Order: sequence, then C-alpha cells, then structure tokens
Amino acid sequence: MANQGHFQSHYIPNTPEEQEAMLATLNLQSIDELFRDIPDEFRNPYLQLPSPISEIEIQKELSDLANKNRILNSGASFLGAGSYNHFIPSIVKSLITRGEFLTAYTPYQPEVSQGTLQVIYEFQSLIANLYDMEVANAGMYDGATSLAEGVLMACRVTKRDHVIILDSVSPLYQQVIQTYCQAQGITINLNSPEGLSPSENTACVVSQYPNFTGGIEDIAGQSTIAHDCGALLVVSTNPLAMGMLKSPGEYGADIVTGEGQPLGIPTSYGGPYLGLFATKQEYIRQMPSRIVGRTVDTNGKNGYVLTLQTREQHIRRERATSNICTNEALYALASTIYLSAMGKNGLRKISELCYHKAHYAANEISKLPGYRIAAPHPFFHEFIIECPIPVADINRILLSQNILGGLDLGRPPFCESSSANLVNGMLMCVTELNTRQDIDSLITALSEIK
Amino acid sequence: MIKGGNRTTDKLLMDRSVPGRAGVVTPDLDVPEQAKLSPDLLRSNLQLPEISEPEVVQYFTNLSQLNFSIDTQFYPLGSCTMKYNPKVNDEMAFLPGFANIHPLQPAETAQGALELLYKLQEFLAEVTGMHGVSLATLAGAHGELAGVLMIRAYHHSRNDFSRTKIAIPDSAHGTNPASAAMAGFDVVTLPSDSNGNIDLDQLRNLAGSDLAGAMITLPSTLGIFDENIVEVCKIVHEAGGMVYGDGANMNALLGRAKLGELGFDVAHLNLHKTFSTPHGGGGPGAGPVCCVESLTPFLASPLVTKSGDCFTLFTPEESIGKISGFHGNFGVLVRAYTYIRTLGAEGLKSISGNAVLNANYIMESLKDKYFLPYDRQCMHEVVFSADWQKERGVSGLEVAKRLLDYGYHAPTMYFPLIVHEALMIEPTESETKETLDAFIQALVQIDQESHDQPETVRHAPHTTPVSRLDEAQAARRPDLKWQPQ
Repeated sequence: MANQGHFQSHYIPNTPEEQEAMLATLNLQSIDELFRDIPDEFRNPYLQLPSPISEIEIQKELSDLANKNRILNSGASFLGAGSYNHFIPSIVKSLITRGEFLTAYTPYQPEVSQGTLQVIYEFQSLIANLYDMEVANAGMYDGATSLAEGVLMACRVTKRDHVIILDSVSPLYQQVIQTYCQAQGITINLNSPEGLSPSENTACVVSQYPNFTGGIEDIAGQSTIAHDCGALLVVSTNPLAMGMLKSPGEYGADIVTGEGQPLGIPTSYGGPYLGLFATKQEYIRQMPSRIVGRTVDTNGKNGYVLTLQTREQHIRRERATSNICTNEALYALASTIYLSAMGKNGLRKISELCYHKAHYAANEISKLPGYRIAAPHPFFHEFIIECPIPVADINRILLSQNILGGLDLGRPPFCESSSANLVNGMLMCVTELNTRQDIDSLITALSEIK
Repeated sequence: MIKGGNRTTDKLLMDRSVPGRAGVVTPDLDVPEQAKLSPDLLRSNLQLPEISEPEVVQYFTNLSQLNFSIDTQFYPLGSCTMKYNPKVNDEMAFLPGFANIHPLQPAETAQGALELLYKLQEFLAEVTGMHGVSLATLAGAHGELAGVLMIRAYHHSRNDFSRTKIAIPDSAHGTNPASAAMAGFDVVTLPSDSNGNIDLDQLRNLAGSDLAGAMITLPSTLGIFDENIVEVCKIVHEAGGMVYGDGANMNALLGRAKLGELGFDVAHLNLHKTFSTPHGGGGPGAGPVCCVESLTPFLASPLVTKSGDCFTLFTPEESIGKISGFHGNFGVLVRAYTYIRTLGAEGLKSISGNAVLNANYIMESLKDKYFLPYDRQCMHEVVFSADWQKERGVSGLEVAKRLLDYGYHAPTMYFPLIVHEALMIEPTESETKETLDAFIQALVQIDQESHDQPETVRHAPHTTPVSRLDEAQAARRPDLKWQPQ
C-alpha cells in the first residue's frame, strides 16, 4: 500500500499528465497539497481494505456469493409476510436501467427533468386511482416507514398523541412505528380488531389490508369507529390486492400507505422497495415527501414541477413535515411501468390468480391430517396453517426437497404478536408464480410429515 | 429527441388507454376455481390504463429522453456527487442470487447475502474509522434520524434526560434540523465565522449540560474543510455531547481522513453519492450509520454477525429499534460493495484526490469572473456567488438556467443559505479535463452575456423541452393527478 493515491482507476479519466497540468494552474506540485487543511496527524490514514480487483474477478467473487443463496424461483417458494415473489414483465428492468432515468438526480431543474417529473405525476395518478384516494405523493422508502410517517401525519392533523395499532398489523411494521414515535411523546396501544376502542385522545387507528396474516378485515367498520372519535383511519394496503378488493378509499380511510414492492420490484433480500402514500385533498399540506404538480411553462405548454415544497426539509428545516429527501424514485418508475403494462385487466387477473391458488392450497392442506387452517376470516393470498410439529422442523424437511416453506410464526418478533397463542403456526403465501405442480409438491411433502 | 406523430410524450397514460389493449398476457388458472369472495368485498371499478407493450416502451423511452443524466451530460450539482455509476455494480445487484431472494428466508439459505453485508459493514467501519455499522437505513436523512435517535438513547441510558438541544451550523442541509426535530430535539443554530469555519466562541457559549450533540457536515456545504474540526469535537465532548457527522461530502475525504479519528461519534454515509450507486431520479439511496464503540449497542436493527463460518442477523442490546421493513436497501448495498472491491484503498484515495483537484481547478479558473465568498482552497466542491452578475441584473438562478442551454446540468442554487446567490459546483472525479475546460468556458461566456445580452440569460433556458415553468401556479392550484377531461 506504499503506493496509495497513485492507482489509476478506469473510473477516472484524467491521466497523471493531465492531473499535473491542472495542478500547475493551481501552482501545486501534488494532489496531497490540496488536503493541507486536514491536521497532519489525521491526514492520509492507512486504509485496510482488500486490494482492488478487475471486473473479471469482481464478477466471479460476486457470482460466488450470489450462488450461496437459495433463489426463490429455483423451486417452489411460499414465503411472503410483506415481501412477495411476483411476475415482473421484462420491460420493467429494460426501461428503468436506461441511463437517462437511472443516472438522473432528483428533478430540481424541471426544464431538464420532465421525464422523471412526468413519470412521478403518472405514478401519483395511478396510486391515487388504485387506492381511490384524492392525492398520492411521490413515494416513501418502503411500506413500513410509509406507515410510520402516516402515523406521525395523523398526529399532526388531529393534534392528538395517542395511537391505536391493531394487533393484526405486521409485527415488523409495528416495530418501525415504535422507532419513529419514540421521541415524539406519542402513546401507542395495541387493540384487537374485535376490541377496537378509540377515545377522544386517539389520533388514529392503524390497520392493515389484507392484514399481516392475509385476512380481509372490516375496514368500513374500523373507519366508522375511528371517525366517531374524531380519529383518522390509517390503512397499510397491499396494492396488488387492489386488482380485486374494494379500495380503502371506498371504505373511508383517511391515509393509505403501502408497500409498493409487489408492483414490479424484485424481493432483493428486502430492498430497495417503495413506500406508497395517499390521502385526502384537505391534508396535502401535512403530507411528507415530494409531490409533483402539473403547471404550464412561459409558452403555455404543459409541464411538471416539484410543488408544495414549503412542507419540506430544505425550506422548512426543523419545522418540516418530515426529514425525507431522497426516496425511491426509480422504483416509483418501476411500479408505474408495471401498472401501465398490467392495466386494469392484467392486475385483476394477477390478483385473482393469487387468490384462487392460495385458496386451492389452503383447501388441500386442510384435508391433511394434523394440519388446520387457522385464519378464520376471508383471506387474499396468505393464510396461517397450524402444523403437527414445529415449523422450523417442517421447513428443514421441505428445504431438503427444495421447497421454501412459509414463515415460522414461532420466531421473534412474530411470536410476540396476536398469533402468539398458535401452536406451530406457519404463514403461507401463494402467488401467481406458484404453479399447481409447486402446490401439489408442497401438499405431498406436508402429508409425509406427521 | 423524437417528436411528432404519436411518439410525443404529451398524452398521459390514461389518455392513451384504448379498451381491449393489454401490455401483458397472464397464464390461465391451473387449479380448480375456488369459492369467490362475497361481492361486497370486491371492487367494481379500477381506473388503470389499457395499453399495449410497444406503446408502453415507446412512451417511457421518449420520457427518458427529456431528462439530463450523468450518462448523457456533465451534472455538476453541488452536494449531490453526481459521479459515474459503474454498470458492473448494477449487473451484480441484478444477479438472481441477490435480486430473487427473500428477506425472511432462513439465514442458512442466504449466507452469500449475509457475508456481503458483513464485509460491507467492515469496509465502511474502516473507511470512517468507526467501530459499529448498521446498514438498515435507506437514505441519508434516514441515517441521520437513526444517528440522532442513537445519541438520545445513549444519554437516556445514562439517566441523563436534560440534554434537549442539538447544535447545527447555519450552512447545514435542511435534513439535519428536520432529523433532529423528528428525534425530539430542539435545534440551535451554530453560526459560521468569516472563514467559513464553525464559530468556536459561539459553540463554547452554547455547549452546556443541555447539549445532546452537534450535527456537523465535513467538509462543510461551503466545500471547506473546517481546520478547527478537532477543537469543535473537543468542545462538544467536554460538554458531554456527541458529534454527529453528515457524510454527504465524504467524496472529499476517502482515504484522506477518518471521521472517527477526528472525533466524530456517529455518522452516516450516502452510498448513492460517495459510493457511486445511481440516484435513479431521486432514489433509492442508502444511508448506513457508522459509530464509535460506546454507541454501537444503540445501532438500528439488524446487524450481521459472524460466528465460525456462519453469518446471522441480530439486534444490538439497546438498539433504537427497527427503522425499516427489512435489512436495508440490499440492492444498493451490493453496488457499493462492488465499487469498494473494484477500487480498494488506492482507488478510493485517487477518487477523493481527483474530485478535489477538479473542484479546485474550476475554482481557480472562474474566480475572476464569479465572486468567491470564501477564497481559500476548496475540497470536492466550490461555492461561488452570482453577486457580480446580480449587479448587472442577472441572478444566480438565471446563470444556472442558462447553463442548461449549453448542455450542462445546473449547479445547486441558493444553497448553502449563508451565501447570496449561491452556485455550488461539484465536478466529481469522473469528468475529463476537456469537459471541465468546456464547462468553464460556458460559464465565462454566460458572464459575458450578462454584460452584452442580459435578456438572453434572464429568460433562459431556450433550448430545453419546456421553458421556465410557473411554480407559483403549481402551488396555488395544485394539480397532482390525472383527471378525466
């Protein structure tokens, strides 16, 4: 490493000679002299990193790492719980990797960012339509943080500081809400959907649709109960289920958030995903994150700009509605392309495929001795099964037959949630990518486990 | 740019919809049809477009061509580090063994992913001179929130509940005060001195028993390395506070200085800036949080640990909690890992060297034409003021807009807030000397135009897909989604 600082990377065009010419303009001999403001004893520390390698070696190293992972599409997989393996049309990757989209910054200069801005306007339109809400923003980090920001917004809107989370909401989402609220003086209580009892202190009721275990709850009823106390209803809603299920907007939700990952975004070990966020017109000035609006240019031509920016951190600083700046614009683009390609019929068909295949699987499992379907209400594409032996053991056996089983509800933090009284509970997810052969192989494998 | 016929981008998706068209074909149901849901649970109307696949591809391709981007233009947007985004990084993130794995699959089936995360934690700890790293935060501001929550948790763990204030320089990004507020702190503003450094006397005055910490960007948003930084950290520490480092400008310091050695306690990195992952038009980013040993127990969940040959996720004892749905923006983390492996220590050091050289070259070449409020060596970016042009009736915004006509993205304008008519230029290490020279020439010419033909500059841009947009109308009468005509 004696040579540190003199390595010529292929990412740096200027040759040592050109660098010298530029240094001469500055009356300097070496690049090191540009760092004189750093106190001597801290300048040029030793960096213990592996030596640089060529792209040939990089591809090999990363492929070797990737090959140690079990790929969802390499066999039947039934894991969901907030990240879903769905079909992604080829055009999504092809279009989002265009350099003009991929390597642009946030559209601060609208005259040379109309591509990104118009895409975001389209995105807002489609998400608002999907949820039947009046407005949607340009997106949040992911489903969990979007819901947490929805809670904070409800507290701002109502000027109240008590929050009720239904215990059927994803335990992961509950934890993120706790993290976001820990310094805000907000009191959080858990209610069961049946025991929902807000008070005049309640800022909002937080619900999930379908809920963490796939169940379809009475969102209209929750909306009425919340509104009777002057509280808002915040619903984290799976956008893919909107292909068939009645929208949260129609049920009276005030803030709708969601995980946009099912809309054309790979599972990618948990990210990058996309937070969806929609609300009513009257609350737009309390919304977090960027919003794009349509306007006209000096020639009267339609164009798009970032708008309502006085809500945001770069203007309002400590009084902003949120600290969010960079969000997930590239994946807002991905979901917009996905929804454009799917259209109303495609999305309906995909959601129906998920529904029927999941119900077929549940029916077949329910016929197996020792197994029981434990989710009582109508469900979408996830359901709980109670198993005759611990789920970890079942999953090990399934994996030996190249089947990735469902989520073990006995592992933390899931064992602490409403399904805690379950014995050997497994959360199964079935999507359009699971063939009948996949499902039948699962049934056969389960039937052999007693 | 393609124009005319149906290849224009004027019509929105919903206006392109023709009943019966489809962009995908779905397979037939291969299981027996199941009992239907009760009709009152089903939606009757879904307003999504019906468009064929070729139309979708043409529309989005044409839209893309309305953008400036790193791949097509010089993009010297200060504070954003718009460097070349290597394609191999994307390719690696798209490997099915990374893109098609589930965040909740058993650790034994994701050892490659966990190993990568573990090594990246180590790399970032080494680059920053820190002890612990959490990769769970999804953007710079998200990292800031985690970091200040950690400072809060640290003080509370010592039964110290009196520290309610966070000091933030007047030159800071808006995310700093916004994050501090989300973490429940009151923000006190630290003035800068005439040299662009933090005013030490002012800092001493407010460093008391109610100070939880300070949030410092290094180099500052003035593009300056604060020579007093060690003293700044010392003053905060002596008052019992913690120093947060906003790593937005780390491109200047790679291999040149370690935040942990300078006295910072916790910092975030913007992988989508310093570590070359693409900005995607505004994300995804990743904002890993690095910290000293005393703060490590408070890091956001999860971290990756190694025992024997086995990698697993765990939650630190006194963690501020889970701050994102799963384990961070994994695809972004794969790209940053790839970048660090490609460059190694020598490469990272040459990145900072060339980034700083390019910025100083621009500074030196333009300081006769544009007012330089802090006339001293800069780091990776230079902040000019358009005050001289303003005297001729041409604002900083107008200079920036005129640059678009010359085919360059504009610098960051009107930031930092303490510089009038600020134009913040960050060239990065990725550009050739020819590009820098041509850009300098363009700014020289625009200065000349401010003498000879100020109207041309004042009404710029003239050559872009749209001209200046009416932002006031956009805010006054918000039109935020498509409506049927």
